[in-house]
Amino acid sequence: MRKFDTKVQHLKYKVLREVARQAWKDTLLDNLLDIPKTIVPGNTPTMRCCVYKERAILSERVKLAMGGDPENPNVIEVIEIACDECPMGGYEVTNSCRGCLAHRCEDVCKRDAITFDNNHVAHIDKSKCVDCGACAKVCPFTAIINRKRPCQNACKVKAISMNENKAAKIDNDKCIACGACVYQCPFGAIMDKSYILDAIDIIKKSNKNEKFKVYALVAPSISSQFTYAKLGQVISGLKELGFYTVIEAALGADMVAYAESTELAEKGFLTSSCCPAFVDYVHKNFLDLAEHVSHNLSPMATIAKYIKETDKDSKIIFIGPCTAKKAEIQKENVRPYVDVVLTFEELQALFDSKDVDITTLPEDVLDNASYFGRIFARSGGLSDAVAQGLKEHGIEDFELKAVPCDGIEECKIALLKKRKGVLDGNFIEGMACIGGCIGGAGCLTHGEKSKSEVDKYGMEAYEKTISNAISMLK
Amino acid sequence: MKITVCIGSSCHIKGSRQVVEQLQYLIRENGLNDKVELGGTFCMGKCQQGVCVTVDDKFFSVSPESVDEFFNVNVLEKA
Repeated sequence: MRKFDTKVQHLKYKVLREVARQAWKDTLLDNLLDIPKTIVPGNTPTMRCCVYKERAILSERVKLAMGGDPENPNVIEVIEIACDECPMGGYEVTNSCRGCLAHRCEDVCKRDAITFDNNHVAHIDKSKCVDCGACAKVCPFTAIINRKRPCQNACKVKAISMNENKAAKIDNDKCIACGACVYQCPFGAIMDKSYILDAIDIIKKSNKNEKFKVYALVAPSISSQFTYAKLGQVISGLKELGFYTVIEAALGADMVAYAESTELAEKGFLTSSCCPAFVDYVHKNFLDLAEHVSHNLSPMATIAKYIKETDKDSKIIFIGPCTAKKAEIQKENVRPYVDVVLTFEELQALFDSKDVDITTLPEDVLDNASYFGRIFARSGGLSDAVAQGLKEHGIEDFELKAVPCDGIEECKIALLKKRKGVLDGNFIEGMACIGGCIGGAGCLTHGEKSKSEVDKYGMEAYEKTISNAISMLK
Repeated sequence: MKITVCIGSSCHIKGSRQVVEQLQYLIRENGLNDKVELGGTFCMGKCQQGVCVTVDDKFFSVSPESVDEFFNVNVLEKA
């Protein structure tokens, strides 16, 4: 079974695996410069113009695997030489235009940007075109295409532009580190920084969990990942890597849902605070609404705080689908609780760097959270959990009207409506990724079955209510 | 006196919630709230023997069925 959606992910994984393999053996610094040649041996290029360019780009990927540019505060970085400088002319008429009579394109264009030459072939006047795309939709020959860079298309917060060398450039003041561009760039020219070396360092220094314990905190979307093995085998694999134990971040989600439902009833209106990219988006674009963001820490930080309180010397490594979580742990109020954030991609690289074949391992157990904590991983789950929280608190005089926003564009619409006072709802569930966390950039696979996998995993929870899941934490 | 109950996955499935809830009840019923501190922890490394419980660092294997007896012998008599 395929482990990754794309070959770009696979390439990134090979670099991470190689860097990790050397790091476990303490030979990284000796062999650093040889890694590109290990991955691209021989003289026949398979990806770029020549093997030398391939290796030059791989060297950049090695740097990112080792934490990237320390001068750049953003956890998402462009590898300039890997950027293919895709055309970005916007809507263009291709030679599929047959010069028809109907001229639907002309009729639908509100800006009068379409003209015709002597052969009746359509042309777009770029000084008038606003890239609405209406002409492309109506052309019966699909002769009009959108030449927009995949990265710019992916970036719904418009943080990507072109620098003087025509390479992609990220505006850190706009970027919310959601990682959409990382997943969408077909050349793998944008990557999230990896802290895989920090994780290895912690595991090694723990001296087999004798000096301190290393906890793996896994996001509930893990249920839609590693589909080539059983979830219980993934848990065994984590322990094989050297983690002391594995805890569900979903238990933190239960704690959040329980607290957030009372906060909501008290304040009357709230947005969620679970998705760090959404929270960042509110702060960067809707500062006037920032006071409405729930004051609860994210599920990751909430449960990590609890663990650190019970075991103060512990180290906590969060493993999830999210690149924005890497930015979240740099925040003052989260930094004390979570030591490292890894993605599922990076976990796969860690397994293979130690030749841990999880399919051969026995199944361990993972069961801390309730159904409701677990379904946080998909769009709509958080709203369901808050509704359940209100019910379990016995709050009956508050009627929840949740607005689950699937992806940052829907978040933007809901926030704009709230600003104008026309939002039909009192709770915005903000998820930056389409589908929720299961659509995260750090996922190995983004399949249609992901949502049903999460729901199934939710149903399998030993605890059926939020109160039962968190009763022992008090 | 400090009682710590493991609330890790393995012990959870074996009924650590029931053990915690029963202990909370017994501590309250016997008026020991001032003397006994009840807390949780994730994994004591003895998953086979769960539900794992420690009383001032002394280890016990408890189940939802044996929690009353455990409480009487190891908590009530010594508190």
